[in-house]
Amino acid sequence: MFENLSHLALQQYWWVIVSLLAALFVFLTFVQGGQTLIYTIAKNETERTMLVNTLGRKWEFTFTTLVTFGGAFFASFPLFYSTSFGGAYWVWLAILIFFVIQAVSYEYRKKPANFLGTKTFEIFLVLNGAFGTILVGTAVGTFFNGAMFSLNDMNNVIWETPWRGLEAVLTFHNVALGLSVFFLARILGALYFMNSVDSEPVLERSQKQVLFNTIPFLGFFLYFLIRLMLKDGYAYDPATGEVFMEKFKYFNNLLAMPLVAIILVIGVLGVLLGIGRTVFQKVTCGIWPAGAGTVLTVLALFLIAGFNGTSFYPSNADLQSSLTIVKASSSHFTLTAMSYVSLFVPFVLAYIWWVWRAMNKKKIDEKEMEEESHVY
Amino acid sequence: MLEAIDLSLVNWSRAQFALTAMYHWMFVPLTLGLTVIIAIMESLYVKTGNPEWKKITKFWMTLFGINFAIGVATGIILEFEFGTNWSNYSWFVGDIFGAPLAIEGILAFFLESTFIAVMFFGWNKVSKKVHLLSTWLTAIGANLSALWILVANAWMQKPVGMVFNPETARNEMVNFWDVLFSPMAVHKFLHTTSSGFVLAAIFVIGISAWFILKKREIVFARKSIAVAAIFGFLSSVYVIGTGDSSARDIAREQPMKFAAFEGLYNGSEGAGLIAFGFMSSSETDPNNENLKDFNMKIEIPNVLSYMAFMDWDAFVPGINDLIEGNPKYGIMPAWEKIERGKQAIAKLKAFKDARKAGNEAAAEKLKTEFMSPNFQNNYFKYFGYGYIEDENMLIPSVPLSFYSFHIMVILGMYFMFFFMYAFLYTIKTKLRQKRWFLHLAIWTIPLAYIASQAGWIVAEVGRQPWVIQDLMPTVAAVTKISASAVQVTFWLFAAIFTMLLIAEIKIMVRQIKIGPKMDGGTH
Repeated sequence: MFENLSHLALQQYWWVIVSLLAALFVFLTFVQGGQTLIYTIAKNETERTMLVNTLGRKWEFTFTTLVTFGGAFFASFPLFYSTSFGGAYWVWLAILIFFVIQAVSYEYRKKPANFLGTKTFEIFLVLNGAFGTILVGTAVGTFFNGAMFSLNDMNNVIWETPWRGLEAVLTFHNVALGLSVFFLARILGALYFMNSVDSEPVLERSQKQVLFNTIPFLGFFLYFLIRLMLKDGYAYDPATGEVFMEKFKYFNNLLAMPLVAIILVIGVLGVLLGIGRTVFQKVTCGIWPAGAGTVLTVLALFLIAGFNGTSFYPSNADLQSSLTIVKASSSHFTLTAMSYVSLFVPFVLAYIWWVWRAMNKKKIDEKEMEEESHVY
Repeated sequence: MLEAIDLSLVNWSRAQFALTAMYHWMFVPLTLGLTVIIAIMESLYVKTGNPEWKKITKFWMTLFGINFAIGVATGIILEFEFGTNWSNYSWFVGDIFGAPLAIEGILAFFLESTFIAVMFFGWNKVSKKVHLLSTWLTAIGANLSALWILVANAWMQKPVGMVFNPETARNEMVNFWDVLFSPMAVHKFLHTTSSGFVLAAIFVIGISAWFILKKREIVFARKSIAVAAIFGFLSSVYVIGTGDSSARDIAREQPMKFAAFEGLYNGSEGAGLIAFGFMSSSETDPNNENLKDFNMKIEIPNVLSYMAFMDWDAFVPGINDLIEGNPKYGIMPAWEKIERGKQAIAKLKAFKDARKAGNEAAAEKLKTEFMSPNFQNNYFKYFGYGYIEDENMLIPSVPLSFYSFHIMVILGMYFMFFFMYAFLYTIKTKLRQKRWFLHLAIWTIPLAYIASQAGWIVAEVGRQPWVIQDLMPTVAAVTKISASAVQVTFWLFAAIFTMLLIAEIKIMVRQIKIGPKMDGGTH
């Protein structure tokens, strides 16, 4: 089946899968966003334990999606993996460290003799929530603003600054995306609390947090989006592979791919619908339209980063070293083999959905925290 | 490309990867084995309805959770370090190596991370049978993830199913099944996972023994030991069998590693196996301090030949044969491999230069020559040797390989007898009288970890200097970054991992002291 597809079709198929994984990851950062709110929304130890536990039953989805995103990117676009990870060394290692401290914090937080104390592990969760989202968002910003690398004849990366990726924070457009992800994650985290915790005070404070975080989110996201539409972009000629700057490239991409434009609009509206219904109608299911909207919005952003003759990882040091889905991809054979594996994805999503429903059909409450034998 | 890379960078990058891998492997084997043991215990609970089995299951599940979290934490670093510290490698083989990592995420990690939530929190949310299924799926997910990463590792030890593409300067996969089912991959998977089963069984027996010594939870401890002893015995027999198969793979595909961990300097027909030995501080070769002489050794004649080639009189090459060559047995000297490797690199560079200069005719001619079967089989095959400046770089650390291998093997044999006695004393209900055995069981826990780490030292130190056997040495694979940057992250990781390890051990010990609790769930 996949053997008959052209190499380009497979590259596009895999760009969609990688984009979808990125989109799901951003939705799942409601865990990170929720972690940054555990001191804001919870006013006592019992409430905090409820919040940590409702997040603690989902943190592995976010973590696993990140790991799978890395693996899928490695398998399908290995030149990105070797260039970005090897090049932007400090950025990626900083991201990893903030995820390492998350992985143990849930399990160890309340355990007796936990050596560092409950508070330390809670701070680890807050740090992961804040820096994990901001750094990932800022790193993805370089997909639109470029990074300082060049490639030699053997496609080995040379990073042109000693800052090894940290220089991305000097471009405000990158940081705006990072902060957008951060505030969006907090919104999603608050929406998730409303959907999964049975506590009136938590519900009310979460609703307020949705509103409070929507204001900076909209500010940073609209700045990012408008600037993206107006800025020059990194285009390439499909015939020669030559990379060049094109005015209004990302806006042009939306015009050239109306379906992607529709996905973006529906996505943004979905996020706003989830927020709006929560703030004005006090519904507790705002996580679902906002979550679906997040997935669609991020998917659309990734599609305009990589499709329609666009370099998805441009180089500001040597324009011709910029990565495109054609240049960075695996061979036809590997993409074909991997495509068969991708047929398992719907099955994976189905059992995740089933487990999610089974575990969340009853909201977490104080009674469950007292009775449950395994409490974070 | 290579001139600017200094050895301190390579060594620090290796050290960082080794640090991460060794910390990761402190937790993974227990995860692999304990999850299966828990699934067996829960199966007994579902079958018998005896609440004691539920209590047992939940206790070991608590320890599993503490261990699992830190395994996940160290695992994510490993995956991304392929990119951050070995970026040249990531491109050179990403077309093959990336696939198992992606499959690991899609097929294994999600299975494990989804159903682990049901396993821990689903006791009162799903039916008894669905809960049991979730526990088994967690166990399968954990072991499936091991499959894919070990397939990737085996491919590095014996690259198969690919062809080098000079246009992209990388290896490209041409046969997925060759990669998945290479004997090296199959044996590595079976050997490694079953070694995790052994470690977990020892862990369960050791801790249960502590309870008996403290005269606490006797029924719990006896039942736990019974399950772990049977599971551990079967696994230990399997470990020995698969270890034997792995040794033959290594003898065939990585003769230098084989010679190093056997301490075999000069090859011979009917080679003897050194069952036990101590190396001296003096060298057999004054020019190579790596080749330590033996102070004492107990050698069993002909056994090494049989172990390597199933033939009591077969010739087993030693380190000196592999470096200097041995025409009688068709072994090419190292200098000639280095020369051929340099020619392969030079031809690839000439092709790239011609392509860059727009000289298409010359480029096509060079490409045709490069891809010809003769050049592939006689020159490209030694591509990685072209980066080697000194023949001695081809010899891994002999003392480290030798001692690690022998510690692993001796302990592996000991574990088999340990399980036999554990089972015997359990069925004869003599455990409480055999206090020496109970003490021994506790002290066997660290020995299991030592054996497990030693196994990876054999596998990874023994294959130096190769990242990919014969095709890419570490010196060519490393990310071009300052050594001081890697030093900073090395110490940072060392501090974080050590801090987390201390936290893990303290929490684990406290949970053990608290002991199992009777549960009041709905089923």
